[in-house]
Amino acid sequence: MSTLAQKIIANACSRNAVEPGEIVVCSVDLAMIHDSGGPRRVKPILEKLNRKVWDNEKVVVVTDHYVPIESEETRAIQELTKKWVITQDIQNFYDQQGICHVVVPEKGHLKPGMFCVGGDSHSPTGGAFGAYMFGIGATEMAGVLATGEIWLKVPKTIYIKWKGKLNRLVTAKDMMLATCRQIGMGGGQYQAIQYIGDAIYDLSVQDRMTLSNMAAELGAQTGLIAPDEKTIRFINQSGGLVPENWKSFCLDKPASNANVTEFDASILSPQIAAPHSPENSENADEFANTVFDVAYIGACTGAKYVDLAAAASILKGRKIASGVTLKVAPASLKDEKQALDDGILKILQDAGAEFLPNSCGICAGYGKDRLAEEQVCLSSTARNFQGRMGAHTSQVYLASPYTVAASAVVGKMIDPRELMVN
Amino acid sequence: MGRLWLFDETINTDVLAPGFYMKSPLAELSKHCLEAVRPEFASTVQKGDVLLAGENMGVGSSREQAAEVLKFLGISCVIAKSFAGIFYRNAINLGLPAFLLPKDSQLSKEFVDGVSVIFDFENCILIHEGSDIKINLDPLPAFLRELINDGGLVSHLEKRFVGK
Repeated sequence: MSTLAQKIIANACSRNAVEPGEIVVCSVDLAMIHDSGGPRRVKPILEKLNRKVWDNEKVVVVTDHYVPIESEETRAIQELTKKWVITQDIQNFYDQQGICHVVVPEKGHLKPGMFCVGGDSHSPTGGAFGAYMFGIGATEMAGVLATGEIWLKVPKTIYIKWKGKLNRLVTAKDMMLATCRQIGMGGGQYQAIQYIGDAIYDLSVQDRMTLSNMAAELGAQTGLIAPDEKTIRFINQSGGLVPENWKSFCLDKPASNANVTEFDASILSPQIAAPHSPENSENADEFANTVFDVAYIGACTGAKYVDLAAAASILKGRKIASGVTLKVAPASLKDEKQALDDGILKILQDAGAEFLPNSCGICAGYGKDRLAEEQVCLSSTARNFQGRMGAHTSQVYLASPYTVAASAVVGKMIDPRELMVN
Repeated sequence: MGRLWLFDETINTDVLAPGFYMKSPLAELSKHCLEAVRPEFASTVQKGDVLLAGENMGVGSSREQAAEVLKFLGISCVIAKSFAGIFYRNAINLGLPAFLLPKDSQLSKEFVDGVSVIFDFENCILIHEGSDIKINLDPLPAFLRELINDGGLVSHLEKRFVGK
């Protein structure tokens, strides 16, 4: 029987079925690119090939890396991007509206059964919508834009099963950091990961995006979650047209000989991952009293609406500790607006948060707020490699927005449940 | 013939192509390649050198500059116990040969950092100069060999579209 991954790939290469290990050439339903790896890199290649994009309706362009413009170099990159989008007649252009992995689904572009590529390693985020989506580099993207096709070795599916119910103040980020520790950053073996189990379907769609996104941290090609009614509601609300056959992609029963790693959500505690790898995670209380300079709520896995709301639930009526800076970069303009309307931004502001633009920012080591020498940051982002978020001597710990917010209040790392005993 | 650069630790894309220099031209970015783990690398690496890495080589970002800087600096081949998928695809697409060490192969003790080696793409072997001890690398599928022989994906597509 086909896995969800195999079914989507078989459709994409016009076959009835495909088997793991086969190399096939697939038609691409959507190609997402951003300002860093996108136009500035693919334009010269397409010119060399004397080609325009194969289908302007299937290309989505987002500016999120060199945002805000802060130098002549970054201005040139943004101007090139804007001009290129016009010459290619691309309508799906989202300029400075947030991070691509959050903006593309919130505009209704991702649907169950689609086969998609993105010019960014966190592109597996699309898996949360039952789409087979993966990250590729710029040259390969230029190849896709010229041909509409890409080769692929049909992956095996590795199942990550989360049973049980999450406890209060424990989130998708905690599930993911625990998964990274358990199977390691190479554990995905560039195969397809699929998340299954009750605890997965209990999550909101934005929380599921955190899991799919961080399939990249497991070294998987993609991180699928079979669609359900929540997925469909999200797509409908985003203005996307749901395919009639979406239920045919509700495939989440592993074969008897499948590779399944099982976790119990009911015994999971908030997690913190120490520098310099997401797999260095332990229960948050193991890091109790570790001091830090910057609390960062940002990026595609750490500052979506649900993440801002989580942080606000901790910070309501509280102030951050002296000696700590709290920086918040809402993942998209839409999420920021919703948070503003719901009073969430006000709570964060009253607690002492400083707001940054809707962009990748510090998470990717871009911009003026990048970490300084020796700075220690507790961050709700996805990746804490040495030097990634700034100076080589800076140190990044990863945690959920609850844990980041609670730790910012105390001024030291803490299990958020200790602050919220009542 | 070239020098063998041996890395035991996992090399990620932030170390190969640091985010701060990503807006800079390749020549500038390449000066910072691996500086976090081997500060002398970029200034001393020479054309024909071979990089031999451990597990999950190139883990992290999709930025292909991580592979591009290695090619720019003259690395003729990247060999690893395992590769991060995107880095592997990027290297091949840029025409930088990337080979897996066969599973369970023991690296013989001659292959230490700094020795002279000869990389033979056609036969997929790495030869230790002096002792002539060889490592047989996992062969690439035929169409990927063709892609590398063409000089990477762009040249390959030029043949298709422009007839070069």
